[in-house]
Amino acid sequence: MSTPHPLPRRSPRWLAAAVTVPILTLATGQGALASERTGTDPAIIRIDNFTFGPETLTVAPGTTVTWVNGDDIPHTVVAQNKLFRSKTLDTDDRYSFTFETAGEYAYFCSLHPHMTGKVVVTKPTD
Amino acid sequence: MHNPESLHPPGALSRRGALECMTWAGTGLLWSLGGGLPRALALPRALAAEGSPAPFTFLQISDSHVGFNKPANPDASGTLREAVAQIRQLPEKPAFIIHTGDISHLSKDQEFDDADQILRDTGVPLFFVPGEHDLLDDEQGRSYRDRFGRGTRGAGWYSFDQQGVHFIGLVNVVDLKAGGLGNLGADQLEWLERDVAGLSSSTPVVVFAHIPLWTVYPEWGWGTQDGARVLACLRRFGSVTVLNGHIHQIIQKVEGSVTFHTARSTAFPQPAPGTAPSPGPMKVPAGALRTLLGITRVNVIRGSEPLAIIDTPLAG
Repeated sequence: MSTPHPLPRRSPRWLAAAVTVPILTLATGQGALASERTGTDPAIIRIDNFTFGPETLTVAPGTTVTWVNGDDIPHTVVAQNKLFRSKTLDTDDRYSFTFETAGEYAYFCSLHPHMTGKVVVTKPTD
Repeated sequence: MHNPESLHPPGALSRRGALECMTWAGTGLLWSLGGGLPRALALPRALAAEGSPAPFTFLQISDSHVGFNKPANPDASGTLREAVAQIRQLPEKPAFIIHTGDISHLSKDQEFDDADQILRDTGVPLFFVPGEHDLLDDEQGRSYRDRFGRGTRGAGWYSFDQQGVHFIGLVNVVDLKAGGLGNLGADQLEWLERDVAGLSSSTPVVVFAHIPLWTVYPEWGWGTQDGARVLACLRRFGSVTVLNGHIHQIIQKVEGSVTFHTARSTAFPQPAPGTAPSPGPMKVPAGALRTLLGITRVNVIRGSEPLAIIDTPLAG
């Protein structure tokens, strides 16, 4: 399964704030791809309908990303490079990981491996 | 009988080969006997003296998800109990039961204990393979193997023979790869090749595993990446029956001498491929639930291909 490339960085900066609020809404929709965030926003990836949303999340180094399982079926969050691995997340369970180093972190659900996502850690360019 | 290979396996002139031919032919005679041709008695009697396998029935049960309590079925233990009650009422007691995985919902000790206790009430031997929901303990399957997989190899694969039929339990829910489907792995496939190497092609084979061994719907992960290697390994056999679970609905396919069958769950139904945004539990009106849950009986009659598979819902 291919994961889409993150969208080109969206500027100006004020747009990020506008995008932050609808992250949860975006997450449940199809086509939720990359999203821009500011350093203080909670970085949430929703798991709904066997899909990680947004499928690609871009954050600054030092950001803690939290996955929340909204399905009636348990899922896991496992880094392909084995950097992190959640316990089994039942409905409404959460898992957090702090990304210190810039890079691309592909992950998947070890129970339903067709579920894949990516966290892109990159320094703000401004 | 329509498979020439099973009638004339390599080395058919050997005594063993000849007996195998007779075994296949014997069933026809058995039916003739039922039709009132007493002279036919001779062959079945002769075969009986050689320890000929008699027709028998075994049962498949799947995806009991003990511990599941979400709206699609708040009482998965209750519906498993109903399935067990149904099994106990069968006029013909099955020789044994095969459980094709997802015994528990979250691999908790209590869930395994409850499942074990409920299933014991069937009063017949049980054989298991794990589903992905059975390997969620911290040691990734230790709990399952200690309870349900004693004496098995690797992550829980094994084979056994019952009344002339070779049964193979495979594990395709371990070490799944990102973006992929179910996975058997090289070790298990090598073992499988060795396991069937000595078998005559006329031996009926039943293979069971949790995730479908053929590709049902890859968009939802319903298939096994290296499942084709199993089928390649079994192609020479005259009768192969593949029993799976995981998708909580009946789907059947016949390909040459191979019959594929997936069983209903005893816990909750899942949508038909592609008919919903996700394969998650399907909520149906309370009255309809039990028509979508059920058990599967398999009648093994030598020489009758494919094996007769009968699905029975819990109600309706």
